[in-house]
Amino acid sequence: MSLRTAQSLHLNEPLRIVIVGHVDHGKSTLIGRLLFDTDSVPESKVAEVEAISARRGMVTEWSFLLDAFQAERDQAVTIDTTQIWFKSAKRNYVIIDAPGHREFLKNMVSGAATADAAVLVVDAAEGVKEQTRRHAYLLHLLGVRQVCVVVNKMDLVDYDQARFDQVAGEARDYLADIGVAVSYVLPVSARMGDNLAQPAEKLAWFDGPTMLQALDSFQSVSRPAGQPLRFPVQDVYKFDERRILAGRIESGVLRVGDRLLFSPSNLTAHVASIESWSTPAPAVEAHPGESVGITLDEQIFVERGEIASHEAEAPQLSNVFRATLFWLAKESLTVGKRYKLKLATRDANVQVEAIEKVIDTDSLAGRTAEALERNGVGEVVLRARTPLALDEYRSLPKTGRFVLVDGYDTVGGGAISMEGYPDQRPALHVKSTNITPVSHRVSAGERAKVVGHAGGVLWFTGLSGAGKSTLAMALEQHLFQRGYQVYVLDGDNVRKGLNANLGFSPDDRAENIRRVGEVAALFADAGIICIASFISPYRADRERAREAAGERFHEIYVKADLAICEQRDPKGLYRRARTGEIPEFTGVSSPYEAPEDAQLTVDTGEQGIEDCLKALGDYVESRFNLRRNGG
Amino acid sequence: MCPAFFSHFRLANLMKHLDELEAQSVYILREAYHGIEPLVMLWSLGKDSNVMLWLARKAFLGHVPFSVLHVDTGKKFPEMYAFRERYAEEWNLKFLKEECPPVEEIDPSLPPAARSAARKTAGLKTALEKHGFRGVIAGIRRDEQATRAKERVFSPRGESGQWDFRDQPAEFWDQYKTDFPPEAHVRIHPLLHWTELDIWLYTKREGIPLISLYFSKDGKRYRSLGDQDITFPVESDASTVDETIAELRETKVPERAGRAMDHEREDAFERLRTTGYM
Repeated sequence: MSLRTAQSLHLNEPLRIVIVGHVDHGKSTLIGRLLFDTDSVPESKVAEVEAISARRGMVTEWSFLLDAFQAERDQAVTIDTTQIWFKSAKRNYVIIDAPGHREFLKNMVSGAATADAAVLVVDAAEGVKEQTRRHAYLLHLLGVRQVCVVVNKMDLVDYDQARFDQVAGEARDYLADIGVAVSYVLPVSARMGDNLAQPAEKLAWFDGPTMLQALDSFQSVSRPAGQPLRFPVQDVYKFDERRILAGRIESGVLRVGDRLLFSPSNLTAHVASIESWSTPAPAVEAHPGESVGITLDEQIFVERGEIASHEAEAPQLSNVFRATLFWLAKESLTVGKRYKLKLATRDANVQVEAIEKVIDTDSLAGRTAEALERNGVGEVVLRARTPLALDEYRSLPKTGRFVLVDGYDTVGGGAISMEGYPDQRPALHVKSTNITPVSHRVSAGERAKVVGHAGGVLWFTGLSGAGKSTLAMALEQHLFQRGYQVYVLDGDNVRKGLNANLGFSPDDRAENIRRVGEVAALFADAGIICIASFISPYRADRERAREAAGERFHEIYVKADLAICEQRDPKGLYRRARTGEIPEFTGVSSPYEAPEDAQLTVDTGEQGIEDCLKALGDYVESRFNLRRNGG
Repeated sequence: MCPAFFSHFRLANLMKHLDELEAQSVYILREAYHGIEPLVMLWSLGKDSNVMLWLARKAFLGHVPFSVLHVDTGKKFPEMYAFRERYAEEWNLKFLKEECPPVEEIDPSLPPAARSAARKTAGLKTALEKHGFRGVIAGIRRDEQATRAKERVFSPRGESGQWDFRDQPAEFWDQYKTDFPPEAHVRIHPLLHWTELDIWLYTKREGIPLISLYFSKDGKRYRSLGDQDITFPVESDASTVDETIAELRETKVPERAGRAMDHEREDAFERLRTTGYM
């Protein structure tokens, strides 16, 4: 039994179409009838379906063409994605029939993810239903941009134009809300074959195209030209003397002689050759979609998971990012859970840091939630142990999306957004090379003996308005009066000089903190207690500041709830952030990642300023004072 | 538009189409080779598995870095055995052969042809146990048979090789299932997205050798090759690759029309597949 029979006259890549919609709105019937109308079914098969229908006392049930399994025929529900071929006068098609049952979302996703265009089937009598909305939302998330809505079963509403207009309006409104531009909304009756391949007399009031004409107008979604090169390394082969990096070009063009940057390792080398077997001539360039093998001019250690790019247009590096995620597993996703992430050819362990919101695909409302349930969609923040090479989904989808694996199963898929998070590349990699540090002749111990205390960094982090500057200045005075060498580096002061060329974008904020971290470490080297008072919202940035100063780094969390800070609002900044006047304001429109284990936490919401100061003073006394500690 | 330009345009499109199919299959084979060990490729000696072997050599730059297994029913055509001996050596394959048990040992409730075909499943199971393969690369296509249309590219099998078509893994964005419990194995289907015509067009472009039974002799040829006793030729005058391609563009006869076990009962083939048939 084969559904594919009369083979193609057209030799181009077939257009891949997914048919989605609420259960029982007539998807399989529509496909069966379309196959019949386009003469894509062997006569024996038509006879078989007619015989089965007659045996069960039904009019010809076209969906039987698709229901390959005995079990399905009995249940009259399509179980899994089926692929079938047909052709119009213009081109070939592959239809992916997606099931409407709620629990079969993973099958729908498996089919729809590869589609060029979608047909959304809506029952004329029932109108837009829950799964209609959910499927439309997922199509959008999966990146299907060409959508044709068919209002089916027009025969059951007497081909009524007013009813069609009403259902068409509902569908258009919802799709517009999620940002999908609908190409067509058409009235059809799949059972009767009205307006699928042929126009119908009973729909004479409709002056649009048939469904087949509408499909013929869609474009095969090709890989866009002119994008940055992304070549994820799939494997490294050494079958003979050649060391070959195998992989697929996901975007851009790779040429022999190109200098490639591998991320996240940050190694570079030139492409020496593009290798192949049994091809007419060796290739000198490779294009998106091609699976190739390349050799390099230098023996560098790269392995599966690295992404090669050109240096000027490298992917971002980050160990934390935001994603819109759809969830397929029975066990819901919760904060703190760990999963295996697969992004292009890279595997990495990630932890769910936050569920920012769960999206109700019916109403499109976002709400805060503890868990993302099966078949749900939400926005989450994920954190990996080491930086990953990645892109924004909206600019480079192939390297901007990932799946999550729990145990043995793929449990979700996500689209990456770096909104609010910096590219960590500039901070991770030293640009200058050939550096030989010279040694001081005065040791840290000698310096400490003279002043009576060790040098170090007290790194104050917390929300704007938490009291960092107030406490920093008070502590400076307190310690100075007790004979300490102490100096405060404060955000606003540093930005006047050292960091005057930096703004407040995530990248600039990261660079701001990187510089301050280095300067603070120099102060500590000089034997001074440096109090660095910065919001420093990203954990990764603070970790780098810790690396700069080593063991002399002390993270102090100046804690206060967002509500309290907003109430204090000493500089009027929250008010301006809430009105949108200040973009990317920490706590409001940009994330704050609280310390996981700070050396000291002072809670200015709970304690008075004097108590906080005392805690800080005691801390310094116990950790830095050599005389008191018998030094 | 002048005819010469038109045919050039069509040829360019065809090359692009075949290139895309090839690139996707190469990607799949490389994912399998990286993620699953030990791996075996099934070689039925037919047109599809010859294309599949060819694609493996494309993927691994002339090498086939895993074992190639022929599950031998002992009932193949003599031309097929000759083909096997020649190319196993010429293509430098790590060749393995597994004999199937006699039909008397197979589930007697199956219809006769399906029961005969099920010997292959039994032979495959023996080979899996003997060699401990975790991944089995098979050359099935979605277009050849409706239950195969439901398949995944990476399709897990339970302990006893059974296929749970009701609970298949999610598979999207080319992220395949390479994690599964120790007792299970996975079937890998690098030709799933190809059509019968694609196979012929690619065979022609690449010059891949074929068994002569595919070509017309006395007005009949085989479109699909199985065991001698349950495979029948179809009416055809196509005696070259080009004539076969021309015939396929017109025919409405299904590819597996000559495979008896597909047609015995509504669910015969489905039953074969859920218990581990290819």
